[in-house]
Amino acid sequence: MSKFTEDDLKKELETKEYEYGFYTDIESDTFPVGLNEDVVRAISAKKNEPKWMTDWRVDAFRIWSAMEEPEWANVKYNKPDFQAISYYSAPKKTDPNKSLEDVDPELLATFEKLGISLDEQKKLSGVAVDVVVDSVSVATTFKKTLNEKGIIFCSISEAIQEHPELVKKYIGSIVPKTDNFYAALNSAVFTDGSFCYIPKGVKCPMELSTYFRINQGGTGQFERTLLVADQGSYVSYLEGCTAPSRDENQLHAAVVELIALDDAEIKYSTVQNWFPGDKEGKGGVFNFVTKRGLCENNAKISWTQVETGSAVTWKYPSCILKGNNSVGEFYSIAVTNNYQQADTGTKMIHLGKNTKSTIISKGISAGKSQNSYRGLVQISPRAENARNFSQCDSLLMGNECGAHTFPYIEAKNKTAQIEHEATTSKIGEDQIFYCNQRGIDTEKAIALIVNGFSKEVLNKLPMEFAVEAQKLLEISLEGSVG
Amino acid sequence: MELKEKLVSSFLAFESTVDTTNSTHDIRSEAIKFFEIYGFPTKKNEAWKYTSLNNILKQDFILFPKNEVALEYKDVKKYFINDLDSYKIVFIDGVYSSHLSSTTHDKIDVCLMSSALTQNRFKQVIDVYYNTIVKEDGMTALNTAYAKEGAYIYIPKNTIADKPIEVVHFSTGSNGTLLCQPRNLIVVEDRSQVTIVERHQNLSTEKAFTNSVTEIYAGKNANIDYYKIQNDTKLSSLVDNTFVEQHDTSVASVHTFAFGGEITRNNLNFYQKGQGIDSILNGVTILEGKTHVDHNTLVEHQEPNCESHQDYKGIFDDKATGVFNGKIIVDQIAQKTNAFQSNNNILLSDKATVNSKPQLEIFADDVKCSHGCTIGQLDESALFYMRSRGIATKEAKALLMYAFANNVLESVKIPQLKKRINNLIAEKLGVSIGFDL
Repeated sequence: MSKFTEDDLKKELETKEYEYGFYTDIESDTFPVGLNEDVVRAISAKKNEPKWMTDWRVDAFRIWSAMEEPEWANVKYNKPDFQAISYYSAPKKTDPNKSLEDVDPELLATFEKLGISLDEQKKLSGVAVDVVVDSVSVATTFKKTLNEKGIIFCSISEAIQEHPELVKKYIGSIVPKTDNFYAALNSAVFTDGSFCYIPKGVKCPMELSTYFRINQGGTGQFERTLLVADQGSYVSYLEGCTAPSRDENQLHAAVVELIALDDAEIKYSTVQNWFPGDKEGKGGVFNFVTKRGLCENNAKISWTQVETGSAVTWKYPSCILKGNNSVGEFYSIAVTNNYQQADTGTKMIHLGKNTKSTIISKGISAGKSQNSYRGLVQISPRAENARNFSQCDSLLMGNECGAHTFPYIEAKNKTAQIEHEATTSKIGEDQIFYCNQRGIDTEKAIALIVNGFSKEVLNKLPMEFAVEAQKLLEISLEGSVG
Repeated sequence: MELKEKLVSSFLAFESTVDTTNSTHDIRSEAIKFFEIYGFPTKKNEAWKYTSLNNILKQDFILFPKNEVALEYKDVKKYFINDLDSYKIVFIDGVYSSHLSSTTHDKIDVCLMSSALTQNRFKQVIDVYYNTIVKEDGMTALNTAYAKEGAYIYIPKNTIADKPIEVVHFSTGSNGTLLCQPRNLIVVEDRSQVTIVERHQNLSTEKAFTNSVTEIYAGKNANIDYYKIQNDTKLSSLVDNTFVEQHDTSVASVHTFAFGGEITRNNLNFYQKGQGIDSILNGVTILEGKTHVDHNTLVEHQEPNCESHQDYKGIFDDKATGVFNGKIIVDQIAQKTNAFQSNNNILLSDKATVNSKPQLEIFADDVKCSHGCTIGQLDESALFYMRSRGIATKEAKALLMYAFANNVLESVKIPQLKKRINNLIAEKLGVSIGFDL
């Protein structure tokens, strides 16, 4: 058997092309490029939105216009030209009444290629899929089962039409329009996304899942996700992303808001595999996402993410632990390769008493990529007995990549207990030697070590997702994950 | 008039007091221009996120002391280290006190910056090292512009300084609220060794602000031990900028004991320019009252096979604020680097705050780097254990705090200094535990 060394792995990583890069030709209804107040109003009109929503968007647009693009993140990129993006693109053949059979066969083939055939999912996995292709919901499954439980799971535009009172109450309550540059932009121009409401005491019987894809060249994707778990309810929500190969940079600025009311629990898992650019660093998706959750008393929010894609990632899923005894968790694997740059992490804001948070972040950098962890743990003066544990580990492959850690720890209460640990290392020669000694070849040894390195996070993924996460990790680090 | 304008406009007056014909004149002029553009750091500056100088800068500082003040040795004896035979460089209100000092030119040079900057025989060293290690920012540029006095220590090749060197700055208040800007240069050439203890002490009820810059050069195989004792009154503020450049297989350690001062900011920077280097940064911070200490460290690994160790312990009571902002940079060529950073804090009061920001920036793959940071309290069960064995609460707490800070204290190599620091801590905690660590 030929010897598989780390150099071979590196070479393989460098030459590995994006497997899921393909482009589906669907006729799209696309706005001309550019952004101004009229475009915002037109998006709103196109979606038949009520006046309050239009006003909300216009307000957000005005706030955005006065803002400047942030530069503090440890990433370098050519800033997107916001006037060169088309802000609305919907696959033309959408009809609210159609069934799965009516869905554009070409689109279905796309999903098949991604291994997420709706039919298969419907029959086998019991996962309800609210498929988003280019910003508009195409098909929603399992609505009936969910309806029986009183769970609302639909696209956000549908929710604005049918459940305006809920949307109005919660939208922008966690991530306000003024929050940051990209959140403001998203608030102004978001075209679709998912909405989910779990009523009091209901335990959602299945994993809710949405697949996002950017499909139309030159369109930005501005998802808006709003998830409300009422008192004592439980939901596990999955979000997965893959995008076809594109040469120009595509912008993705999503906002995700989670609200866990008293005793509720939300588990939010993401697998992100937007196109990372080719090995020269050409193309790729800009992923500037604002994700935040609010925990009321005894509530729990758990973020799990596997980040393998995007040319530039800027993402900090956060928890505001407002209620007493609330719990926030963040589990993340970020893999960067070639010229990818990731600046990701979390914020845990402890406000209530006896609040707990756990942060486990694993970064793997290969090629010429830069991988940063940036996190904040804040204990406010009133947060008695707050507890935090953070662990940030980085694995470096090759000497042209970088791993960075920027944790911010602010404690204003004497009863706080905070632990933060970070390590950076490469796969040790002694580790590989140990495996070799026991008859495990180098390729398997590397696989074993990388797998072990990420296990803590992979274990947190729901079963259905773990398989896909493995698959996506393989694309980025094939040969190293067994 | 704002302090910044005052400083800029007083520059000409200052220049008239120093020799403008030598090379340092250009360095000064450049620096004041830099300061005019960048000014004092603000909270918007990421490195100053947790420390604001605004309150200090509101003061109307006197830049040039008028009165020369003499102090009697017996009055200030307690600020020197007991029973320690040492060279002493003493400044009173920024002015050199020959009466209290004991300097030397025998084999090594332990003398004044003002002599070094003006006298020809030091020119060679000044030309090579002066203002080469410091990295310019608003504070260091201001110091460079007004650099005139400070300690000058030169240890030539293959020499071990026979005694430790004490550098002490007193402020007496008889010149009003003074802004002092000492400038120190310490050159330790190949295979040489030195130990230095630095202290700032305010003797009055006037406010005092010190903006100090120290450049330390460690040649091949050099060994430097530097101790900073910061146990000043609540009226004193200090911005200490220390820059250390290290060459092959040198070992440099800086130990900072921060026990007081209104605002203390330590900018401690290590640049490793050779292989086999070890950099050691230790700190113990024990604060109460409305005091603020900010340790801002940087270790830049620029060559392979080096190590760095950072260990900062903090205990904060009352309204004290502690900041740790540590950064390790490992350059791409700096393979086989081992860099460790640890910051442990204990909060004793609800009004106390700790902000910690340990950062790693790593560009090389074959490295072992780690940082750890904890914030917590004294262990209740350990306290109970001692209480149940008849040790009073206060003493039990003090014991635990000693234990907490012990591995930093252990690294102090001068026994007399260790004793002194032990006494300071005992005094601080209000106990006598009856043994030396």
